[in-house]
Amino acid sequence: MRKSSLSRYVVLIPSSVMIGVFFAIPFALILLVSVSSPADDADFRLGFDLQHFERFATWFYIERALFSAGLCALIAAISMAIAFPFTYVLTTFKRRAQDLWLIYILAQLSLSEVLIAFSWQILLSRTSGIGNIMAMLGMVERSFAMTPSAGAVIAALVYLTVPFSVLLLFPALSRMDRSLLEAARTLGASPVRTFFTVVIPVTRPAIISGAVTVFVLTLGAIIVPQVLGRPQHWTLSVLITDQAIFNFNMPFASALAVVLLALSASVIALVSWLGRRAEA
Amino acid sequence: MMTTLRRIYMALFALYLIGPIIVITAVSFNAQKFLAFPPRGFSLRWYAAIFVENDWFAALVNSLTIAAASALLSTAIALPVAYAAWRYGLRYARALFALGIAPFILPPVIMALAFLLFFSSVGINGLMANVIIAHAIFLLALPLVTISLGLESIDKALIEAAQTMGASSWTVFRTVIAPIAAPFALAGFAFCFVLSLNEYIIALMTVGFTVETLPVKIFNALRYGYTPVIASIAVLFLLVNITVFSLIARFSNLARILGAMD
Repeated sequence: MRKSSLSRYVVLIPSSVMIGVFFAIPFALILLVSVSSPADDADFRLGFDLQHFERFATWFYIERALFSAGLCALIAAISMAIAFPFTYVLTTFKRRAQDLWLIYILAQLSLSEVLIAFSWQILLSRTSGIGNIMAMLGMVERSFAMTPSAGAVIAALVYLTVPFSVLLLFPALSRMDRSLLEAARTLGASPVRTFFTVVIPVTRPAIISGAVTVFVLTLGAIIVPQVLGRPQHWTLSVLITDQAIFNFNMPFASALAVVLLALSASVIALVSWLGRRAEA
Repeated sequence: MMTTLRRIYMALFALYLIGPIIVITAVSFNAQKFLAFPPRGFSLRWYAAIFVENDWFAALVNSLTIAAASALLSTAIALPVAYAAWRYGLRYARALFALGIAPFILPPVIMALAFLLFFSSVGINGLMANVIIAHAIFLLALPLVTISLGLESIDKALIEAAQTMGASSWTVFRTVIAPIAAPFALAGFAFCFVLSLNEYIIALMTVGFTVETLPVKIFNALRYGYTPVIASIAVLFLLVNITVFSLIARFSNLARILGAMD
């Protein structure tokens, strides 16, 4: 018995080593480097120095952080709002039609952000996009480019996150007790009223946790704000990439990553606290 | 009235999802080296270019190699963790499980920076193995979740019955557990493969300057003007994604993996 319970742990050794060395250590490095101090011979020396966070604490970077949070909240709201009715209808489809839609949604969700940004760049371009089609239909006099603009960033980010929203809502809506709907109908509620007074309240936990997930997911978007927006639309993730790859400033990139981490973690914590309070 | 409204909404939603894909597909069939929609002429030359032009083909081979290797590694790391957490309910295995999920939840740029710092401080730069390991860790959540879903669908009474009849634990694993869990492990592998193929920022930060994957090459190409090859790659990738997920739907239980009840 003793031998076999030991062997249960032995099979976990390779996985533990991989997760420990390649997740825990790299992750700890970010925290360490973010408080390192500059050195002459190398770029930085480990120590405890808050100067990179002091650099963050200027209006330029704080404004970027607030902008990122605001943009992600907006995207999460739009994405969930348009995905919810679709998912609700999707769960009433036959199994086969559901599978086909889910396959397409998954395929689009997996599509590289680079390709999605490129597609929207084409779609909103002057020569081969919506502007062109509108000109052909005579809706506008001549075709025009719709990028770079805030609208383009929003449209593409929602496009990027909508498949996630559908998949995040799918479990709750497909497991929802359909007899509740029948009960509401029997009692005389209209479909619209049933939707707002039964379906939405019953699935509220999924809506909240889904919106948080989409928020964090949007925080990670890097290509769309760069390709479709102006520098004033850049998010924290873009700035981190910029510092790490083009300015080789690892300590400041790490400090920004810690801020991003804190932002995601606090939103997750806040919403799960609100959720628990609502249940109690 | 309600049904009409519902149909209009569903049609608009479908148009939003599929519209950009239609435009890209049309652009990819252009005959000229010019991105035009509606396309001018019809040609498959931009599809041929992926396989004929050396630099695009090299990036495709890199991407496929990295995706296959990292999916295999990720599934291999996930299997014992998910198994020990389910079979023995070990607290340590559950902690490892939670730790394995974390990289996927964080914004990817954080893990990308973490890997960049790690590999540059141990002095191993630019190897393909770096991005394979990085993707395997970043995507570990996928095989962990699918495998444990598969294991949870096994009726524990079945295992007890086999044991009562004298089956050794290896026999139980081979004849009862493995056949039920295998399609779910394969689904985990497939999810990893597809997401690694499409991943950009981690590939850029680990090996972006030595091993060019397709997403990295495309982003670099975007800076120097547009080529219809990018459109044909987008279509190709979408087809690969659709094929892989159709296979999962065919051989595993897609709706269940995505959280529906049977």
